[in-house]
Amino acid sequence: MEAVKKNPLSMQIDPALFEPATEDEKQQQEVMSESVTFFRDGMRKLMKNPLAVGSIIVLILIIITIIFAPLVVPYSYSGIAKVNGRRDRTNKNLSAFQYSQVEQEYIDQGGKVFPHIMGTDSLGRDYFIRVVYGARVSLTVGLFASILVLIIGVIYGSIAGYAGGRTDLIMMRIVDIIYSLPDMLIIILLSVVIKSSLGEDASQNFVLKTFGANMVSIFIVFGLLYWVGMARLVRGQILTIKNNEYILAARAIGAKPAHIIRKHIIPNCISVIIITTALQIPSAIFTESFLSFVGMGVEAPMPSLGSLANTARQGLQSYPDKLIYPAVLIVLIVLAFNLLGDGLRDAFDPKLRR
Amino acid sequence: MGRYVFKRILLALVSIFIICLITFFAMNAIPGGPFNSEKALSAATKAALEARYNLDKPVHIQFILYMRNLLHGDFGVSLKTGREISTTLSSCFKVSARLGLTAAVFAIIFGIILGALAALFRNRWPDRIIVFFTTLFTAMPSFVFATLLLLVFCIELKVLPVFDASSRSYILPVIALMAYPMAYVTRLTKTSMLDALNQDYVRTARAKGVPMVSVIFKHALRNALIPVITYVGPMLAYILTGSLVVENIFTIGGLGQQFVKAISNRDYPLIMATTIFLAVVMVICNLLSDIAYKIVDPRITLD
Repeated sequence: MEAVKKNPLSMQIDPALFEPATEDEKQQQEVMSESVTFFRDGMRKLMKNPLAVGSIIVLILIIITIIFAPLVVPYSYSGIAKVNGRRDRTNKNLSAFQYSQVEQEYIDQGGKVFPHIMGTDSLGRDYFIRVVYGARVSLTVGLFASILVLIIGVIYGSIAGYAGGRTDLIMMRIVDIIYSLPDMLIIILLSVVIKSSLGEDASQNFVLKTFGANMVSIFIVFGLLYWVGMARLVRGQILTIKNNEYILAARAIGAKPAHIIRKHIIPNCISVIIITTALQIPSAIFTESFLSFVGMGVEAPMPSLGSLANTARQGLQSYPDKLIYPAVLIVLIVLAFNLLGDGLRDAFDPKLRR
Repeated sequence: MGRYVFKRILLALVSIFIICLITFFAMNAIPGGPFNSEKALSAATKAALEARYNLDKPVHIQFILYMRNLLHGDFGVSLKTGREISTTLSSCFKVSARLGLTAAVFAIIFGIILGALAALFRNRWPDRIIVFFTTLFTAMPSFVFATLLLLVFCIELKVLPVFDASSRSYILPVIALMAYPMAYVTRLTKTSMLDALNQDYVRTARAKGVPMVSVIFKHALRNALIPVITYVGPMLAYILTGSLVVENIFTIGGLGQQFVKAISNRDYPLIMATTIFLAVVMVICNLLSDIAYKIVDPRITLD
């Protein structure tokens, strides 16, 4: 009290009358909402989009099915379904959940037969497991091809974008030329060539043995041709971002190049890269199923959705359901990826939204 | 403008040359020559045959000879039928071109109409129906759609014939080919139409009291159609490759069927000729659509 009185200009406040605020009260004063990262903000927007969430659910269901179905279903995609270890000659072209004569007799005797969820094909193979493997092949091709495109395209595009000048010019002319090549024709052509030239020593090579020459040629062609779209996009993004004012501002306040790249350039083009990759998957699946349909796809016992649809064409009149299953699955997968890609674009790239 | 066209033409020529190069050397990389058949030929006969077809010369000389023949319109001889490939190509191309152009024209017309409708009725039921179908069509590979059409209309309902040369039998293949491009044109038109409707000149026109019909057709739609022009090139390329399967499904004797047949027969000269021919057609289509785009809208800089 004495100390306060000595100074006539003081407000004369007694500190003893105040008590410290509790944590709870402190938090009420917080006006700012929780800081959200770019990624979390995008995810939140994505989760509000019913179509995107629906496609994620559909895709997860499909992926779970194709991973676990082969563990549950006792049939193999290449072998003819047997009853109690014996050859069953009556089980060709069954419809869904139908049992063949031999299987019915076995069940009557008290045996157990796993149902043919989608029936069997003209050779007596379980169709469900073939469709599952077909979807596996299609999805694998889609994912691998997109990753390939992603890696090559991003590296090529960012080099061209950073380097600028003459390097950029030459690199982009090469891209222009590759871009104007008709991809599907080149794919078919290269598949013919690679298949014929690799086909002979296919039995020795591990990669060729597991995927088959056609599949490898699809990957090679994707690696050779499909990255150009991605490269163009990444280059364009980097060029525009490089010229933005905030980069200039960051540089002016002395930010290091590594910081600029990490904090400004990558977050600004990552969304475009993610979206393009997501939309690349269905287009790769399209290409693969197209090639399989023409007969240039995966090797014979291994099914793919396209080759299943192609085989079903021969018995179309009597067994249309054999076409419906793979066809619906292709449409479902492609649709889901398309919608997911659209959702990602809306969520992560506000500039593109209308 | 002149410089741009020149550059584009140059680029197109380079692409065509590279396509020929890839095709030729790819086909040459395949092991086994055309005369390695089961019937063993005597060494003298083989040498004579190889000399006849210039196969004894080094590869780069063969390539030059092949290119020279190409420029004279000589695509060589089919291994399977022994006929001149150029005659096969020209007769098949007529069928494919008829099918493809019909599909392209219908795709553009319906695409524009549907796209404009979707934009005008934004977020109401016509828009929703159109969006639903365009999303579905863009997710459906042409072979799936073609086979489903065949199943429903030819086999189950029996309303349309399986392909005979009549014009009614063109209906299904055309629908199968145009579904995807039509969906794409619809989306393009819709977005650019929405964009145009929000422009100041449309607002001005409406404020002046110009009738709505005239605003839509004269001001909005005309500007909304520009992006569609760029899609014409890729669309024709899509239709050409799409016809590979559609022609096979409906057994139409066009280029597509010829190509697939050539692949399964391993008829290398025919594969080469068809690839080069189709590729050149696609490159030219792209070139024309890019130039047309530039003419229609001079504001755009493409390079």
